[in-house]
Amino acid sequence: MTISVIARNTFKEAVRDRILYLLLFFSGLTIILSRVLAVLTVGDRVKVVKDVGLASISFFGALMAIMIGTGLVYKEIEKRTIFTLISKPIRRAEFLLGKFLGLVLTLAVMLGAMTLIFLVVVFLHTFKVEFGLVLAVVFIFMELVLLTAVAVLFSCFSTPILSSLFALSFYLIGHFSWGLETLIKKTPAGAGRTFLRILYTLLPDLENFNIKTEVVQNLPLPAGLWLGAAGYGAAYTAFVLLLAVLVFRRRDFI
Amino acid sequence: MGNVLELRDVRKTFKLGFIPKPREVLKGVSFDVAEGEIFGYLGPNGAGKTSTIKCVLGLIFPDAGTISLFGRSPLDPRSKDKLGFLPENPYFYDYLTAREFLDFYAQLFGVAKGERSERIARLLKLVDMERASALPLRKFSRGMLQRVGLAQALINEPSFVILDEPLGGLDPLGRKEIRDIILSLRDAGRTVLFTSHILQDIEMICDRVAIVVDGRIHNQGRLADLVSEKILFTEITVSGLAATDLAAFGECVSVRDGRALVKVYAEDKVQGVLDLVREGHGRVHALIPRAQTLEDLFVDTVARS
Repeated sequence: MTISVIARNTFKEAVRDRILYLLLFFSGLTIILSRVLAVLTVGDRVKVVKDVGLASISFFGALMAIMIGTGLVYKEIEKRTIFTLISKPIRRAEFLLGKFLGLVLTLAVMLGAMTLIFLVVVFLHTFKVEFGLVLAVVFIFMELVLLTAVAVLFSCFSTPILSSLFALSFYLIGHFSWGLETLIKKTPAGAGRTFLRILYTLLPDLENFNIKTEVVQNLPLPAGLWLGAAGYGAAYTAFVLLLAVLVFRRRDFI
Repeated sequence: MGNVLELRDVRKTFKLGFIPKPREVLKGVSFDVAEGEIFGYLGPNGAGKTSTIKCVLGLIFPDAGTISLFGRSPLDPRSKDKLGFLPENPYFYDYLTAREFLDFYAQLFGVAKGERSERIARLLKLVDMERASALPLRKFSRGMLQRVGLAQALINEPSFVILDEPLGGLDPLGRKEIRDIILSLRDAGRTVLFTSHILQDIEMICDRVAIVVDGRIHNQGRLADLVSEKILFTEITVSGLAATDLAAFGECVSVRDGRALVKVYAEDKVQGVLDLVREGHGRVHALIPRAQTLEDLFVDTVARS
């Protein structure tokens, strides 16, 4: 109950933030302008529209999660609105989860709006409503939920600028960590390989949520992909949120 | 009557700065707030008033000592079911309207929807903010925020209200209205703990006070017990006499427009001044006996500490 009240208020706060609409505008613009890129392309133009559209949803969604998520808890502490809130019968963990869920709800609505624009643009090319594309967006959403948890974690103890840098680093590392897999294969067995394996386990692998190529190229999706990605996302998100709660529960609000 | 709040030897040290330097802000604070009373917590800036309140609310964690709020730890959410709090500076969600703001806090207390709107309307009327109920808080002046903040503190119909500097930022009329609301809370059987720099307000409405200086309580008790009713001195304003003639009776504080203000410390010398005025065909403009005030006690306590 308390969590949902805080989540709804966070949603209200986020949707009244102009930066969200600025990002939504640019995202929509990029999706629509993918048509220009398609015209300049030799080959399958629809694939270009789909590629650019999904990349745009993923990129602007990540920007929304980072830019709003990193300021969310910090602003409460900095503006001291948290004083009145913590004086009410709520637990600190409830506050944090409410904030997180509020932002997840905001992202879901924004992603919904971007997807709608995307589907309309694709429809104008193919005259078909391609619901398969929505599957790729659902995977993007799972990735953004994890990124939001990371943004909230950093927001608990750091300024928005630093938190944004940390969260952005997490996002970039997450998309390039798969390279370690190749490195592990090429490294001879021994301490070096073990170290790389531990590093690969600890670092996020956000490519788990990337099925854009499969969806755009109409390739068959590996069996159990849904379960694997959802399980990985849920476990990693829960772990990051647990860290955030641990940091937050003993913090003094001076 | 029992105590709604008990603090025993509460200590807190902050470590601030790039190279953390410890600063002890609370050095063993102990006091009780009894059910149904208005308790004034006063002290100079930086004395530890707000830090004490933050410990009570669970915003900061004391290093040592115990705090009991309604017989529970402040970290137990149940201890705050019947608590209302107005922070020192009214920092609220400025994107919400006054009505939305109060509705949000009412929801946190689980007040039913039908009851919420009735309660919000009643509280907005109480703090005279009905006219601004649909305005976002970012358009509010500090005084307006203070009023709507007080409404927020009362949204759960608390039996104990903590008000941190509730009269700051208000004009004299607003101060009187808030004072009246605080008194009406006590009349309704509620307990109030409030901090203020405005000693006249504390003196006017508090049953008991505690004076905190540099993280320690230096004086606490019933106002009548702390402040002596003995006349400390008498201020007499006279005209038609030379200031030098008055010097024998007391301290001549000022001479302006032919009027001299004399502070007479001994009661028998007051009559001497009046005799002198009669003999010299002068005139008495004012004669004010001054008993010890809370301000005197406060200044004295701060100076001694």
